[in-house]
Amino acid sequence: MQKIMVCIKRVVDYNVRIRVKPDGSGVSLDGVKMSVNPFDEIALEEALRIKERGGNVEVVAVSIGVADTQQQLRTALAMGADRAILVQCDAAVEPLTAAQTFLALAKKETPDLILLGKQAIDDDANQTGQMLAAIWDRPQATYASKVEISDGRAQVTREVDAGLETIEVDLPAVVTVDLRLNEPRYVKLPDIMKAKKKPLDVTSLDALGISAALQLSIVKTEPPAQRQKGVMVKDVAELVDVLKKKGLL
Amino acid sequence: MHQVLIVGEHDGAVLNPATAKCVTCASGIAGAEISIALLGADTSRVAAQAAALSGVKSVLRVDRPENAHPLAAVFAPQLAALASGYSHIFGPSTSFGKDLMPRVAALLGVAQVSDLMAVEDAYQFRRPIYAGNAIITVKADPSRKLLATVRVASFQAAAGGGSGTVEQKTLAVTLPSHTRYIGARSGSTDRPDLQTAARVISGGRALGSADNFKLLFSLADKIGAAVGASRAAVDAGYAPNEMQVGQTGKIISPEIYIAIGISGAIQHLTGIKDARTIVAINKDGEAPIFEVADIGLVGDLFQIVPEFERLVGT
Repeated sequence: MQKIMVCIKRVVDYNVRIRVKPDGSGVSLDGVKMSVNPFDEIALEEALRIKERGGNVEVVAVSIGVADTQQQLRTALAMGADRAILVQCDAAVEPLTAAQTFLALAKKETPDLILLGKQAIDDDANQTGQMLAAIWDRPQATYASKVEISDGRAQVTREVDAGLETIEVDLPAVVTVDLRLNEPRYVKLPDIMKAKKKPLDVTSLDALGISAALQLSIVKTEPPAQRQKGVMVKDVAELVDVLKKKGLL
Repeated sequence: MHQVLIVGEHDGAVLNPATAKCVTCASGIAGAEISIALLGADTSRVAAQAAALSGVKSVLRVDRPENAHPLAAVFAPQLAALASGYSHIFGPSTSFGKDLMPRVAALLGVAQVSDLMAVEDAYQFRRPIYAGNAIITVKADPSRKLLATVRVASFQAAAGGGSGTVEQKTLAVTLPSHTRYIGARSGSTDRPDLQTAARVISGGRALGSADNFKLLFSLADKIGAAVGASRAAVDAGYAPNEMQVGQTGKIISPEIYIAIGISGAIQHLTGIKDARTIVAINKDGEAPIFEVADIGLVGDLFQIVPEFERLVGT
């Protein structure tokens, strides 16, 4: 294992309660705190742990997004990534375009492992890792809750609906991570200072020969339908009575 | 005329109900002709179940030993080969479908619409973003194949009584050997499956211990319910992860959902808002769960649950 590429996305911080714009044109992002997608933070933490277990492993954090995505890549460098690459793109990016972009970077960087979150908490698409593995023609192990590397292979425990499943993949491979894989470290102030000196290259889709053309268009954005507030019952007897009358017991 | 291919989910013996829900979703497209693809080592039993779903015209079986376990890297090239002749390819938004469908989409070079929750027309759909805190209407390009995962909680299962044809397909596709199945561990119980149960009882951090979950199991067995848990209860070690209900766990739509000792964090509510009736039992009358509950009861769960179980039987 010599190189791990970690793909991260700049998203609205998970603590922010998002607001749909009244004209239905999207979600309001004015003055909203932006962060590294939490699942991608777990992916980076896993890369750093593999690096810390020994060997001469380089961790490269990459992203596609607006110029300000440099902030999130600096956070990644402060956590411990060795260097970063931003593919700057001001337009909206669909998962397939992100996958094509990461493939172009993977061809240049030739990582042994690509780690990323199972989904981004903004569009909840849950596609980029799988698409990247497909067009890279390499294995995928999604929803990882445990990753063990040995002899050019990774044994990955996956969180699936029925419980846990274990698969083995030959490296290089794409692994998308789930919540329970690890708890990401906190960034300390000296690390933030050090991160400022680490290399962060900025490139463009044009330079990689990739088109950002969208296949899907968003017609409108609406708040979800609210449930009606219900009734309160005074005791268990009344609860059972109401449920029986509704034919639910 | 739209030709819809649904990727069936199964374990070799039983067709996962998520498949029947995808059929209902596909039936929402006017003039849809629906087929189901089944990949497995031996799909004879599940093929009969798929063919019996109302609205299904044909079932395509792809039986080969490499298909014994649903590995996305093995299934995807076969589905990409099957896709010619279809305008729409749907899969369930379960861990099976979420893993597999984007790999198929990328092989075909098309975008995917994830978690489709409503069909407006053949190329316009609604889906949730930001953990369900916003709903977008998405328009796809009719000149391309449409790949989608179907949010199973948004659709009822298609009825039986259909009589689709069944045919065995032989595909000349070379399969990769770089991905190998090792094994699975499930917390299987005799209780109904959480994802598809009509009745679900869930416990939160207020249960206080794994041992106290026995109270819920006992009540659940009395009324034939599945048992779930909040993320707080799972993180505290009271329940295994496969019991987790919510944005990062299972998104469910039972007839009745009984939340016991669950405060109602947004991420939990995201997983239950399609339930027909929500009952909340919590000692804190100000808990957010009461904002979405149809029926609420404030009180001590350790008194309420045993009494509930006693009264249900009378």
